[in-house]
Amino acid sequence: MVILIFLFFVLLVIGLSFYLGNKAKTSSGYYAAGGQIHWGVNGVAFAGDYLSAASFLGICGMIATVGYDGFLYSIGYLAGWIVALFVVAEPLKRLGKYTFTDAVDSKYNSRGIKLAAAISTLVVSICYLIPQMVGAGVLVEPLLGIPHFWGVLIVGAIVITIVATAGMTSTTYVQFLKGLMLIIFSFVLVIAVLNRGISTKPDQDGKVAFYEYKSLAAKVDGKQVSVADANWKVLESQELTSPKATFVKLSHNGKESWWLLAEKSGMYTLMEGQFIAQRPDGVTIVNGEPASPDNQLRQVSNVQSVGGDKNFSIKNLNPFEFLGIMSDKETIVRNWKDVRLTDKDGAKVTIYFPQENEGNRLMRPGLRFKVQGTPLEKMDFASLMLALFLGTAALPHILIRYYTVPNPASARKSTILAIAAIGFFYILTLFMGLGAMVNNVLNVADSNMAAPLLARSFGDFLFAVISAIAFATVLGTVSGLIVAASGAVAHDLMDRYMSVKMDDRQKVMAGRIAAFVIGGLAIILGILFKGMNVTFLVGLAFAVAASANLPSIVMLLFWKKTTSKGITASIITGIVTSLGLIIFSPDLYRLYGLNPANAPIPFSNPGIVSIPLSFIVLVVVSLLTKPNQK
Amino acid sequence: MLHKPAAPVGKDLAAAYKMRLGIWMFLFYSLFYAGFVLINLLVPQWMELIVFGGLNLATVYGFSLIIVAFLQALVYDWFCHREEVKLAKEDQTKKGNN
Repeated sequence: MVILIFLFFVLLVIGLSFYLGNKAKTSSGYYAAGGQIHWGVNGVAFAGDYLSAASFLGICGMIATVGYDGFLYSIGYLAGWIVALFVVAEPLKRLGKYTFTDAVDSKYNSRGIKLAAAISTLVVSICYLIPQMVGAGVLVEPLLGIPHFWGVLIVGAIVITIVATAGMTSTTYVQFLKGLMLIIFSFVLVIAVLNRGISTKPDQDGKVAFYEYKSLAAKVDGKQVSVADANWKVLESQELTSPKATFVKLSHNGKESWWLLAEKSGMYTLMEGQFIAQRPDGVTIVNGEPASPDNQLRQVSNVQSVGGDKNFSIKNLNPFEFLGIMSDKETIVRNWKDVRLTDKDGAKVTIYFPQENEGNRLMRPGLRFKVQGTPLEKMDFASLMLALFLGTAALPHILIRYYTVPNPASARKSTILAIAAIGFFYILTLFMGLGAMVNNVLNVADSNMAAPLLARSFGDFLFAVISAIAFATVLGTVSGLIVAASGAVAHDLMDRYMSVKMDDRQKVMAGRIAAFVIGGLAIILGILFKGMNVTFLVGLAFAVAASANLPSIVMLLFWKKTTSKGITASIITGIVTSLGLIIFSPDLYRLYGLNPANAPIPFSNPGIVSIPLSFIVLVVVSLLTKPNQK
Repeated sequence: MLHKPAAPVGKDLAAAYKMRLGIWMFLFYSLFYAGFVLINLLVPQWMELIVFGGLNLATVYGFSLIIVAFLQALVYDWFCHREEVKLAKEDQTKKGNN
């Protein structure tokens, strides 16, 4: 049943794009839908384009694991539309070109700009493609029971087919349909969350028994940990520096388990965790027994107590009551974190351990972005908020949508409708994320599945529909990105920069071949980046876009002394510095399997350095070079 | 063909007005957004204060940033539309007089 509903939706999307794709016979039809899309359709399609896997999967997942810090992305992503509407939308439409490269090169005829802007479009599109592909892989795992790797491959293959056969007309209508359904069904999910309410022993309406995690009294003598209950035997303990915590391996009736050692007022307690161990002989152990379809990690996250009551349960909440309970100092939530270590038998172990958070701390920034931390940690937060604010208006697959409406007024109206639709959806993300947090539905190993797993707790139909919409979300966003990226290769690089002589049909063919290559690259990267929160990855793509593209767009529109060399230098500076800072950041070091503390760049969000630097380079180089306007 | 506009764009008489209005509205929103970032950096504990209907400042400010963006967009569209209509009428009158 679940798979049938899912397949119905996916086939509907593909069928629609084939049907509409037949209309894209010319290059203007392929890249800009002939410039004749109605603003209402385009506005919802904007929302469809923008509400990518990052918004639906990543933000909900991050809110579910770190609370309000995930909602910062919702705020920043939406605020970015203000820059798009008030500063960029109409002037860009007036320039009347197809791609970012065309627009930024419209006053000059510079080979340098063409090359730099095309590379920038490619780089930003690929950075944005990675999280979409990661999201695709995550989705199919629980739905179809196939590995992440296959999910990425399937999405890659479908999208390449869609884009290579259709183009912008198709992606616009696919995004329209998907954007509309995403908002409607997310609203349904939020109503279901509020009706179910909050319970300290969530059991998914009786479907999944709530697992009570144990705690044991412990004694610590120097580095020696012992357990008072003689039935438990301590096998080993490891004191880690990042995070600063001690983990203890116990054995009970021959079954091994890992526990977190917690200390409160001189009293020690061991708190039960979960773990996956890869033994040197290749066997995977989950929570003390070999991994199997029946022995997987348990779903996690719940409210521990409300107002001191550990048996609290309330149904039919209104939105204010729900958020009020979650924000209360006396609401204690059990969230989960993970740590990796190698045990004394040489097994590589990932331990998932509980952490109790008070509602007042959970419902404000601070759990992930340390706003009360060191100056560098504060800078990381400010940098993220800057990149989110400035990134939207610089995304190539969003920019390209301004060209699909007939006039500047339509571009404006499209943007306003998009703000309404996206804003409403982002408010819903807070409820969906918190809903996943309190309903014990989180996949402890991957936060990205919070929203679909929350939907599954309400029944198979909602799960199938939400998963299909999320899958279509990925298909649509990836299609739009590949159209933008293939446009950069075929139109900007081959046609404009290299002056390859092609007729109109050959140009469309070149775009389709480019779509194949870029799609293939996205598949490989999607597999490599498995496990990272997708909205965090999109946040990095925003930083690259804001650094590479925004300074040139803004200065081109508002500073008459801007020169072609200034724009070229600014784009290159933006790409190199933002990517360079990301590659050597702590979060990427974690992905490489290295110690994040050894990363040469001490923060993860590059925008606060790379965006101003890109502006400064543009101004300085423009002042140093003569105007090169036509 | 690829070097021409995707769709023909006529002369936009209200372009300068809209650009000025857009900049002012952008600056207003930027200050509002910066306020949120600065409170978090300087006095993050303020974000815990319950300010309305059981909601803390973080939630109210966050929702406000979303709602104000939409309201500003509506106001911007209203003023732009009014100016476009006004200037189009003036242009028609001028052409009629000529």
